Amino acid sequence: MVEAVQVSKVYRLDGVEVRALDGVDLVVERGDSMAIMGPSGSGKSTLLGLLGGLDRPTSGRLRFDGRDVTGLSEDELAAVRNRVVGFVFQNFQLLPRTSAVANVGLPLVYRGLGRSERRRLATEALESVGLGHRLQHRPSQLSGGEQQRVAIARALVTEPAMLLADEPTGNLDSRSGEEVLELLARLRDERGVAVVVVTHDPGVAARFRRRVTLRDGRLVPESEVAR
Amino acid sequence: MRTSEAFRVAWEALRANKLRSGLTMLGVVIGVASVVLLVAIGSGARDEVTSGVESLGSNILFVAPGNFSFGSAPSVSRLGLEDVRRVGDAIGDPRRVAASVASGEIARVGSRRAAVNVNGTNETIPLVFDRTLSRGAFFSAADVETRRRVAVLGADPAETLFPDRDPIGKSITVGGVRFRVIGVMGRVGTAFGVARDAELFVPVTAAQRLFGVGRVDGIAVKAPSTEQIDEEQAIIREVVTRAHPEQEYQVLTQEDILGVVGRILGILTLVLASIAGISLVVGGVGVMNIMLVSVSERTREIGLRKAVGARTRDVLRQFLLEAVALTVSGGIVGILVGIGGALLVGQLSPIPAAITGWSVALAFGVSVAVGVFFGVWPARKAARMQPIMALRYE
Repeated sequence: MVEAVQVSKVYRLDGVEVRALDGVDLVVERGDSMAIMGPSGSGKSTLLGLLGGLDRPTSGRLRFDGRDVTGLSEDELAAVRNRVVGFVFQNFQLLPRTSAVANVGLPLVYRGLGRSERRRLATEALESVGLGHRLQHRPSQLSGGEQQRVAIARALVTEPAMLLADEPTGNLDSRSGEEVLELLARLRDERGVAVVVVTHDPGVAARFRRRVTLRDGRLVPESEVAR
Repeated sequence: MRTSEAFRVAWEALRANKLRSGLTMLGVVIGVASVVLLVAIGSGARDEVTSGVESLGSNILFVAPGNFSFGSAPSVSRLGLEDVRRVGDAIGDPRRVAASVASGEIARVGSRRAAVNVNGTNETIPLVFDRTLSRGAFFSAADVETRRRVAVLGADPAETLFPDRDPIGKSITVGGVRFRVIGVMGRVGTAFGVARDAELFVPVTAAQRLFGVGRVDGIAVKAPSTEQIDEEQAIIREVVTRAHPEQEYQVLTQEDILGVVGRILGILTLVLASIAGISLVVGGVGVMNIMLVSVSERTREIGLRKAVGARTRDVLRQFLLEAVALTVSGGIVGILVGIGGALLVGQLSPIPAAITGWSVALAFGVSVAVGVFFGVWPARKAARMQPIMALRYE
């Protein structure tokens, strides 16, 4: 479904070139369950950003359903993100002073949906993550685990083919983290949505069917990981 | 994103920081209010002058010696009653021509005194200047012909000299000469701060003898219609110049007189508005400053909006609308404050203030423009952010 072919990403930080990714090949299949592992600075978040169309590779190709998206304009890429991808972030990235239902409905704003339609779909999404009773709560009135579930509902509301989660349990206590991981597994099973998680925690990674490891911007062959 | 949605988002962002939004708006409020107020004062002054000149009557031409320029020596008129006749003949209607020889004098009745502007003229005054009498009658052509010592009092001296009795038929003394009052003029009020009701009309022939002169100071002609002003102006100029080749004469229309003063006041209004405009620009800079702060505070929000599908123009519109909402609400408040201030100035001071539609429309338009102009840069800055960088912003 999403295919990265020899993607590299080079940043310039204070005039110094940093090679975050170096010729990575990766395919995410429909309904996939994948953990991207690696030490910090290994390029795993950068890879996730590329897979979700948040960023462009310096070189290499990215295909969504066989269609090359490398040359798309900013706005075309924004439309791809809106239709195909749902993001979940370590720090939730919810809008403060905004109700859960409005936060979840945000992606639908950019689909041009009206208020009542957004509200209906956002309520459904919140119910599916077990927060049907927290519609009007603001992020500050919710626990960390609840906030992350609101963020997952926001990622789901557009019915994307793929959920990309960057350290989704990183800011949560172990029980909330467990709930979030169970939720992600359930969504994959019930809806067939591909789930790709970036984590440095082997315990988290163990919950996913496929595991890939990055080191210094390169994928480590599976055979070497075991060692 | 729908436009109504964009408006709602902008409004909520402003409400989230009420104090900051309010203070930023204040800059715009002050700018817009001062534009409206100062233009109102300038226009008010011009209206006052215009109505002052127009209260003299309509379609009037003035014949006076000399040319109106600063530093030129005052000219003594060489016009005489024969010129009044010549002008009357030339335009074919002597009833539309009035002569004037004037002097400030003291009128006495017993122990009562009143300062009056004695105007020696002819019987045509009521017609030429559209004047009415409150009592009695104006003097006749025969009175002028026979140099009869009759007088028509202005409303002010009539009250001062005859506070408790009817002045008609009574005598007044001016410069040691007795005049019999035959009429009282209707009240006309003040023009240019001069009380025009302190007047006293006497036959021009009697006035010439009273002042010991043979001239008239000026001639006023009422054109039958606005369209005929130019034509009569040319005729009169020709007649007067032919009769007095040795002296320069001006034949001025009310338009000519208004032109000079009007231009000065127009420039003054423009200068005032420009000064006020500077404060509007300062307000605009305040808006830009706050928008830049707002954009950088909400970098992560921008990143998130882009991550979930906001296009460049969605973000641009959101922040542009926020800036415009700031300046437009500031503009509306400013217009109300300016109008209130103008009304207050009109009430409390002698300066009249006329609120003009164009200054209100301009102030509103400018506040929208200020919002767009000073909002575009911060909004573009927001719209061009890379989502991945924006999301990581701390």
